Amino acid sequence: MLNTSPDFKENSRRAMQDAGLQKALDRARKPFAQTRAAAVARLPEFETLRETAKGIKNHTLAHLDFYLERYTEQVEAHGGQVHWCRTAEDARSAVLDICRRVGAKTVTKGKSMISEEIGLNEHLAENGVRPVETDLGEYILQIRGEAPSHIIGPAFHLNREDWEASFRAAHTHLPADRVFHEKRDIQAEARAVLREQFIAADVGITGANFLIAETGSSVIVTNEGNGDLTQTLPRVHIVLASLEKIVPTLEDTVSLLRVLARSATGQEFSVYTTFSTGAKRPGDPDGPEEYHVILLDNGRSNMVGTEFQDMLRCIRCSACMNHCPVYLTVGGHAYGSMYSGPMGSVLTPAIFGAEQAHLLPTASTFCGKCESVCPMKIPLTGMMRHWRERAFERHLAPATTRYGIRGWGFVARRPGLYRSVSRIAAWGLGVMGRKRGRFGWLPLAGAWTAARDMPAPEGETFFARYAREQRSR
Amino acid sequence: MKQDNQAQRAAILGTIRRGLGRGALPADQAAMLRTRLDAHPRHTIPARVALDHDALIELFITNATREYATVQRLADAADLPAHIAGYLREQNLPAELVIAPHPDLEAANWNDAPLLAHRFGRAQPSDMVSVQRGFAAIAETGTLMLPSGQRSPTTLNLLPDTEIVVLQDSDVVGPYEDAFDRLRQAGGMPRNVMLVTGPSRSADIERTLELGAHGPRRLHIVLLGGAGGDGAQG
Repeated sequence: MLNTSPDFKENSRRAMQDAGLQKALDRARKPFAQTRAAAVARLPEFETLRETAKGIKNHTLAHLDFYLERYTEQVEAHGGQVHWCRTAEDARSAVLDICRRVGAKTVTKGKSMISEEIGLNEHLAENGVRPVETDLGEYILQIRGEAPSHIIGPAFHLNREDWEASFRAAHTHLPADRVFHEKRDIQAEARAVLREQFIAADVGITGANFLIAETGSSVIVTNEGNGDLTQTLPRVHIVLASLEKIVPTLEDTVSLLRVLARSATGQEFSVYTTFSTGAKRPGDPDGPEEYHVILLDNGRSNMVGTEFQDMLRCIRCSACMNHCPVYLTVGGHAYGSMYSGPMGSVLTPAIFGAEQAHLLPTASTFCGKCESVCPMKIPLTGMMRHWRERAFERHLAPATTRYGIRGWGFVARRPGLYRSVSRIAAWGLGVMGRKRGRFGWLPLAGAWTAARDMPAPEGETFFARYAREQRSR
Repeated sequence: MKQDNQAQRAAILGTIRRGLGRGALPADQAAMLRTRLDAHPRHTIPARVALDHDALIELFITNATREYATVQRLADAADLPAHIAGYLREQNLPAELVIAPHPDLEAANWNDAPLLAHRFGRAQPSDMVSVQRGFAAIAETGTLMLPSGQRSPTTLNLLPDTEIVVLQDSDVVGPYEDAFDRLRQAGGMPRNVMLVTGPSRSADIERTLELGAHGPRRLHIVLLGGAGGDGAQG
């Protein structure tokens, strides 16, 4: 569920003054880029595989209806059930219905962005079912009542002291004077506490990185193994997946997996990549007795056939945000959406509406770094531009912004006028700044000059000088 | 309820088809897609696995070791009990095993190692060390393929602190595609297929990698087949 996207500007201002967050961002900035670059360098076929991955998803999206039906057929053939859900509310009630039918009290959860998107935890808790997040990062966020700030490293904005304080506050059954010598002591405590939850749970809920039409399988990718414990120990396994996760075959899936981990964490392959196909088979000594897939639309089918269709190729690797100068300055919470960074700026308005999220597509310098690292070659800046145009047309931006842009557009489309105006401005600024050679403050550019000086023009525009030198040849 | 699911399905498929500017896929096009599914064509496979079988085994060992697994080659299953007893001693671990009920593992003479307590079956939360029979070892990234089944319970891969996975040299393949083809030949997708690359880990706390998040802290891989064995037996 969306919270504070309309306050993006205020959120960003606060984020830049948040010392803890800035410390976490400083720690992440270099490794984000370095680990991916190193993994890519180790695989000479990486660029070819990006093109392959893009082709696989484009093929799938062009036949999305066919593959979804085939997938459903295969899930049912293996004793599973697919629940088609148009809205977040449909998905929430489908999950709650299953939990109620089996009398579930405790539900363990693997990491799922769809769960965040549909606000599942709040809904379950309100209805007497206790959800327990088991991904280490999601677990501490649940304790702290916070939202994830990154799609795969949900708690990367926290520092060690935050972890220690939160665990002391939450795990009151442990000695208050215990010492965390190392970070691994914090992790060991979570492992012990959560192990009991895995065993107690009646239902396990996971997300899905891929749904495979050929076999009716859902795939999760983790490093911790929490998703596997979540889906193996309880009687019922529920998969939350949005419909664009579909992929035709196992061969298509492994081609996408080859670019996923390398783009995400810089690993060659994640520790656990697990394919689940239906419920426990006759003779199986373990595994769930029921297997359900919540197949969520929530606005995605409306993107098919539009300028936003390419966004449905996204495999949620996080490379775009890991390389985004805006994201790496303000962090994920500023976006007010579970999807942040460039992919979030495109996806959030599509899911929650441009009225709520029209500021997010403005959070880009259009440097294009996101596109250059996207394993699926999604034209992120182009789509942010589309959203900006829509916001302009629908008068969502404040009037001053719109008049400013309209005025600039009027001048920029008339080269003669543009040159005259810039000639006058360059001359005027040149005269005014002659003494100091720079400006500490300029009208309409206060935010820019607050952190740096503007050098004074020398009195002549580039065009004027070029014309003069051509003549004197 | 069932009707409701059908209605939702029809609405979603309708929106997708409107977006694609067509109705349901014409029969000839659907047939082409079914042909693609049946043929499941391969895409680019990394050249790093274009090696002979001995070199693939070496590549598997290199990659698995880089991901913090340990690998030991043995002549055959008869060497297993003594090797495992030694490994547990070295690691200072309890000499108590839960073993996959697989014929290859049941055939080993576990009573050869008299101090090693053992039982066959699925893992329980209190089990500290498991022995699993792996299905394939994928050299491309040092990854194990562990399918679920009567003879290979999934809990063995998850609950114990230490997992020991036993494979034959002949189970080593190059790319993931080869492993999945073997799985298709063996009867298709079981309920659960885990691809495991090294022991469980997390970097959620200040981006510092720590092993042993929720799954095993140690992953020890034993390759049976003789070549390069450590001379434990002839």
